[in-house]
Amino acid sequence: MIEVNNVTKYFGNFPAITDISFRVEQGEIVGFLGPNGAGKSTTMKIITGFLPPTEGSASVAGYDIVTESLDARRHIGYLPETVPLYTEMNVREYLEYMGKIRGMDSARIRTRIDDVVEICHLEDYYSSIIGKLSKGFRQRVGIAQSIIHEPDVLVLDEPTIGIDPIQVVETRQLIKDLGGEHTLIVSTHILPEVSQICERVIVIHEGQIVAIDEPDNLARRLLGRERVDLQVKGPQQEVLAILSDVPGVQTANRVNIQRGELPQYRVESESGVEIRAALAQKVVESGYELHRLEAVTMSLEEIFLRLTTEEEDIVDGSAENAA
Amino acid sequence: MNTFNIAWKEIKSYFGTPAAYIVGAMFLGLTGVFFVSEVTAPFAEAGVRGIVEWASFFIIFLAPLLTMRLLAEEQKLGTLELLLTSPVRDWEVVLGKYIASFLILAAIVAVTLYYVVLLYSFGDPDTGPVLSGYLGLLLYGAAALAIGLLGSSLSSNQIVAAVVGIAILLMLSFVNLIADIVTGIASEVFNGMSMNEHIVDFSRGVIDTSSVVFFLSLTAVFLFLSIRSLETRRWR
Repeated sequence: MIEVNNVTKYFGNFPAITDISFRVEQGEIVGFLGPNGAGKSTTMKIITGFLPPTEGSASVAGYDIVTESLDARRHIGYLPETVPLYTEMNVREYLEYMGKIRGMDSARIRTRIDDVVEICHLEDYYSSIIGKLSKGFRQRVGIAQSIIHEPDVLVLDEPTIGIDPIQVVETRQLIKDLGGEHTLIVSTHILPEVSQICERVIVIHEGQIVAIDEPDNLARRLLGRERVDLQVKGPQQEVLAILSDVPGVQTANRVNIQRGELPQYRVESESGVEIRAALAQKVVESGYELHRLEAVTMSLEEIFLRLTTEEEDIVDGSAENAA
Repeated sequence: MNTFNIAWKEIKSYFGTPAAYIVGAMFLGLTGVFFVSEVTAPFAEAGVRGIVEWASFFIIFLAPLLTMRLLAEEQKLGTLELLLTSPVRDWEVVLGKYIASFLILAAIVAVTLYYVVLLYSFGDPDTGPVLSGYLGLLLYGAAALAIGLLGSSLSSNQIVAAVVGIAILLMLSFVNLIADIVTGIASEVFNGMSMNEHIVDFSRGVIDTSSVVFFLSLTAVFLFLSIRSLETRRWR
């Protein structure tokens, strides 16, 4: 549905994105993850045909975004980062106008507005002036605008930014629901959002793709290493020594400092080594009480941090993987 | 169709915002004052010559006020991004907005026709100069709006947009003052460039093809520049 081939975009001499390539299949929800200034918005502006790429090409629904721009744009619904609204119009007028400039006829616009308003839960705000709506509702009007012409591809740039937590949950659900009919690209710098909404993640950093994978795979691939939390009754120095001695353990640290509780330790393995069984055995053999042993999955947050820190090995590894 | 939709939306928002009313009121007020002073002067003739020349002068300031919002606000609200990622061509955006502003200006100018009604009921004006005068005014307005629209495409700030438009219009209107200083071919060139010089013919009842072409090409050139300027927005 969306194909991006070796796209590079320069602003002056500054490369906003360099050599980005990816594909999004029909019906997929793909997350675009990266810190601020990573090049997410630039990529989205290129996909939607707002900015032409300096090098490379991109196509949407089979239409090149530069040479067949109008055809490509017909298949795209777009919500830019700053929600673009005519503040003096009311919701119905605005949606009507957006439908019209996308070439819909009046009859279809009328039925479609009813649908869209229902999908986005805007029934009570049908004739409210947009300028008087709260940020969350404006966001919904923005989403309503992007789906009014039933586009094949939906591009949402930071759709949950700046709205209150309840509305964030609702908006995420809304995006998920949209996933059935539309192909979606959602950009965000909020990590939990990606794992909640997306089937695939494209991680971008400093204008380059660092990794493309399913959220779970991303965790697994990066990990290959195990992380285990333990609670052991016994003198800390000795316990730590024992834990560090287990073959395959890379680091062992004490983590909790709360008084009255048993000391807690966090052990990380070298990559590709299973250490849980060995840890348990060693602790028990040493005669100390093992109260708890638990494998910890790495949160996407940490993965992301790892992905986007300047660690050469990780960056190289994922670049290979992406290619 | 897109052009029509955009034009219709802009016309509606002209009626929904105060700018057009204020511009209309100022235009009527100012031309009214000068209409009265023209017809009450000793040995006054029943004609629109005075009004047309004054009106064209006021249009220098009022046309950019009508157009300043058109593209500047889209840039400020971010809706330009929406418009340019919709299946709409850049020229359709510019033309739609231009047509809306022209219709509003034409409507405002049309209200001054009551001066003409007064002239006919109390005097016996020549119909020719009245018609040519109003044609000239519309052509002048058409060019002025195109220039104003270019100003609006250059900035997301409406004030800047208006000032740029007014500055260009002042230059193009009064370059004939330079023509008075220099001599020979240069003088003719400066006169030829001057909007004032061309409107004078119309107010006298002369429809000179070259003047019609002058205003129409001025309009076309500035609309073209506006479209280009809109396109460059994509690169910044």
